[in-house]
Amino acid sequence: MAATVPRQASAAGFIQPLPSSCEAFLAVEPVKLMTTDPLVPSDTPRLQMQGISKSFGGVAALREVDFTLRAGEIHGLVGENGAGKSTMMKIIAGVHTDYEGKMLIDGKEVHFRSARDALAAGIGMVHQELSIMPDLSVGENVYLGKQPVTGAGIIDWRTMMAGAHEQLKSLGIDVDPKTRMGDLPIGLQQLIELARVIFSGARIIILDEPTSALSPPEVQLLFNVLQGVRASGRSIVFISHFLDDILSISDTVTVFRNGRLIVTHPVAGIDKGWLIERMIGSGHEDLEESYTGAIALASKPGQPVVLAAEHLGYGRAYADVSFDVKAGEILGIYGFMGCGQIELARTLFGKIKADTGTLAIDGRKRRLRNTTQARDAGIAFVPENRRSMLFYEQPVYKNVSISILGRISRLWLKPTIERSIARKHVESLHIRPPRAEVALGALSGGNQQKVALAKWLTHRPKVLVLSEPTRGMDVGAKDDVVKIVRALRDEGLAVIVVSAEPETVLSLADRVLVMKKGRIVREFANETISKDRLLEAA
Amino acid sequence: MTFQQTSAARGSKSSLFLRSQMRNIAPFATLILLLIFFSIASPSFATIDNASNILTQISVTGIMAVGLTFVILCGEIDLSVASIANATGIVVAYFTLQESYVNIANIPVAGWLAVALALAACTGLGLINAFGTTVIGIPSFIMTLAMMQIGAGISALLVRGQIAYNVPDIVSTLGAGNVGGFPTIALVLLAFLVVGHVTLTYTRFGRYIYMVGGNREAAEYSGVNVKLILGAALVICAVCSGIAGMVGVAHFGSAQQNEFDGYLLDAIAAVVVGGTSLFGGRGGIGNTIVGLCVLGVLNNGLDHIQIDSFLKILIRGLILLAALIVNVYVQNIRSVERAEGA
Ligand SMILES: Nc1ncnc2c1ncn2[C@@H]1O[C@H](COP(=O)(O)OP(=O)(O)OP(=O)(O)O)[C@@H](O)[C@H]1O
Ligand SMILES: [Mg+2]
Repeated sequence: MAATVPRQASAAGFIQPLPSSCEAFLAVEPVKLMTTDPLVPSDTPRLQMQGISKSFGGVAALREVDFTLRAGEIHGLVGENGAGKSTMMKIIAGVHTDYEGKMLIDGKEVHFRSARDALAAGIGMVHQELSIMPDLSVGENVYLGKQPVTGAGIIDWRTMMAGAHEQLKSLGIDVDPKTRMGDLPIGLQQLIELARVIFSGARIIILDEPTSALSPPEVQLLFNVLQGVRASGRSIVFISHFLDDILSISDTVTVFRNGRLIVTHPVAGIDKGWLIERMIGSGHEDLEESYTGAIALASKPGQPVVLAAEHLGYGRAYADVSFDVKAGEILGIYGFMGCGQIELARTLFGKIKADTGTLAIDGRKRRLRNTTQARDAGIAFVPENRRSMLFYEQPVYKNVSISILGRISRLWLKPTIERSIARKHVESLHIRPPRAEVALGALSGGNQQKVALAKWLTHRPKVLVLSEPTRGMDVGAKDDVVKIVRALRDEGLAVIVVSAEPETVLSLADRVLVMKKGRIVREFANETISKDRLLEAA
Repeated sequence: MTFQQTSAARGSKSSLFLRSQMRNIAPFATLILLLIFFSIASPSFATIDNASNILTQISVTGIMAVGLTFVILCGEIDLSVASIANATGIVVAYFTLQESYVNIANIPVAGWLAVALALAACTGLGLINAFGTTVIGIPSFIMTLAMMQIGAGISALLVRGQIAYNVPDIVSTLGAGNVGGFPTIALVLLAFLVVGHVTLTYTRFGRYIYMVGGNREAAEYSGVNVKLILGAALVICAVCSGIAGMVGVAHFGSAQQNEFDGYLLDAIAAVVVGGTSLFGGRGGIGNTIVGLCVLGVLNNGLDHIQIDSFLKILIRGLILLAALIVNVYVQNIRSVERAEGA
C-alpha cells in the first residue's frame, strides 16, 4: 500500500497533508512474541520504586511514591490530569534524572542518567506526545537509532525494510515499510512507535496514553499486541483516561492523586465507580459516563443555520460533504482516524482550501483564504494536536491572549488585561497550577488542552470547531469540557465536534454525522443512539 | 530586554534559572571578557575617543542588525541585507548631482526626492523578498540569496565601476555629521534600536513576531496572519538595510560597488552572537545590542594590539563559531526541557 498523498505546495511550507484513507491495515489475530529471559525468580518484582519524590522548581509533582511492577503484568495507571503519572514514568524511563528515592530493577538498585541508560537496561517508553519522524519511512522509524549496516558500513536497506515488514506483520500491522511515516493515520503511527519499543528488546514497556488517537479496531489490535507482550513475560505500564480500557486490559491498577499513589489493586472485582472515587474523591461517581447506554438525540427546531457547507471536497481526503449547523446546536462528526474528518475541520477554519464546494456563514458565501479570515468571520478552531495550537515556552496568559490580541489592543500590548483575562479562564476551567504566568510546557497534558480551549472563550465566536476536544483529559476534566461546551451551545453558539472517539461525540452531540472514507454516510438526528450503532455506521 | 524568558524561569531553582538564561549570559560574559582583555593588552583601547570610534564603527552594521533581528526572530533569514544596503546607497547617490569628473549617467533630483526614491527602492526589494517567501513559497534562505545577487546587479548597473561621492544633505548630516562632538550616525543607530525594541516588546506586531517564531503552526491556528507577519519582517529588514546603506555611503564618503561586502556576515553575527535564537521565537534587540558590542569591541580591539591582520580574520571566524555553538547548545537544553514538560 503505497500511500502517496500529493504534498500540497504551500507558501510557507507548513501545511501537513493528512492521510486520507482508513483502509484496513490491521489484522486482528493473537500475537506471538519470543519469550524473554525468565532468569529472575518471579517473586522479585521486575521494578520497584521506593519513596520517589520529584519537584519542579519547588512545586512537588510526586511525593513519596512506592510503586511496584511485576514481571508479566499489565499495570494500569490512572489519575487526574497533573496527578504525576507521566512524571513517574519519565523517571523510570530516564527522562527525569534528578529525583529522590530508590529505583530497583530485578532487585538491583539503578539510577539512570539518561533515557539511553534506561533503554539499555530494558526500559522503553512511548510518550504521550508522539515522537516519530514523519519524514522518514516506516522501516527507518522502526529501526530508529539501530539501523542495520552492511559490511561496508552503509545502511542495509534491504534487511531493514524486510525486517520492519516482518516485525510489523507479527504484530498484525500490514503496511509497506517504505511508506513515509507522516502519510499514515495517527493511530497507525502510534502503533508503529509502539512496535519500535517492543522490538528494541525492552522488558518494561511504558505506554503513556496510547489509545487516545486510536480508533476502536486499532485499540483492539493494540490490546492483542499487549497480551502477546505480556505472554512473553514482559511488563507493561499502561496509562489511560479511558477507564473501560484500563479495566479490560490490565491485571493490576494503580491510582495517582495529587502526586501521591493512592492505591494499587488487582483489577478483578473493581469497577469504574470505584476508580473514579479514588481518583477524584467521593461524590463524583456520577461522572461515570452516561453514554454507555443509549442516548436520545434531540435537535431544537426553528434555529437559524449559522454555517452551511455544500459539496465540499479536498484532494483524496474527502468529497461531496454537505451539512449545516444551527445556532444553539452541537453537531458531532464521527469517523475513524484518517477518514477525512480532520481535513474537513481544517477546511472550516481556512487552514486548508477546499478544491470544490462552498461554505456559507450566516447565509453569506465565504471563501476563507487563511485562518485570519476564518477567525474574523466568527469561526474558532481547536485542533486535535496540542503541539500545533500552543506555545510551549510562553506563559499561559500569552497562549490564551494570542487569538484575541487584536481585540485587546490595536497597537500597544496591554499585558495587565491579558493576564486578568487569562486568570479568569484559569479559574473557571480549573487549570492547574492556577497561575497565568507559568510556562505552558510545565502544565500536564490535560491542562494544556484546557488552555487550548480557553483561547477562544473570551470573545464568543459564532462557530466553534473542536477536533478531539477531550483527548487526554481525565474524567473530571472531560466533564468540565462537556459542561463548558454545552453552556456555549446554550448561549447560541453553533458547535462542531469532530472526533474519532465515540464517547466524545456521544457525550456532546445533539446530532451526529458519520464519515467514512471521506464521505458522510449517515446522519443520526432525533433518535436514540448508542456506541454500537455509531461504530456500526462508521 | 528578553521579557519572554523571565516569567518562565521565575520560581525555579537558581541552576535552572542560570541554564535558561544562558542565552543572555554567555554573550554578556564574552563582552566583559573582551573588554577586560583589550583594556589590559592596549593602553589606547579604553579611552573615551575609542569608545566613540567603536560606536561609529558598529552603526551601519547595527542598523542592518535591527532589521535582521525581526527576520531571525521569525525563524527566517535575510542574506540580502548588505546587498540591499549597497544598492540603496548607490540609488541615493545616483539621484544626486555629482562632481563633473564622476562619469556616471546619473539623474540629479531634489534631495528629498532622491531619498524618497531610495526608500522606495529598498521597500520594493523587501516586498519582492516578502512575495517570494510567503506567496510563492521559496525558502527565505534561497529567496534572499537571489536578492543578494539582484542587489549587486542593480549596484553594478547604476555605477558601472565608477565611484560617486555626493549624497543629499540630509543623508550626509545623518551619516557623517556631529552633534556636539557626538557622531550623528550613532544617534541614528540608537533611534533604530529604541524603535526596534519598543516594537518587538510592547506592540501587538512584536508579539506576533515572537509567536510566529516560537510556533508557526500554533500562530496560524490562533488566527494570526503568519504570511503577513513574515512578509512585514522581511520588508522592515530591507528598509533598515536601505537606510543603513544611505547613511553608510555618507559615512564612508563614497558610493561604489561591493562597498558593503563584509556587512552581511557582521550583521548576522551581531544578531546571533547576541543570543537571538536562529530557530526563532527567542532573543530580541537587547541581545542584538550585546552582539553588536562584542563584534565592535573585537574588531576595534584587534586593531589596537599588534596582531597579524590575516590572523584577525581567523579569530573573528572562531568567535562566531563559538557563538553559534552556544546558540544551538542552548536550543538543545530547551528542547530537552520541553520534552520533559510534555
Ligand atoms: N517540565 C516540567 N516543569 C514544571 N512542572 C512540570 C513539568 N512536568 C510536569 N510538571 C508538573 O508536574 C505535575 C504532574 O504532571 P504530569 O505530567 O506527571 O501529570 P499527568 O498525571 O501525566 O497528567 P495528564 O493526565 O494530564 O498527562 C503537574 O502539576 C505539572 O504541571
Ligand atoms: Mg501525562
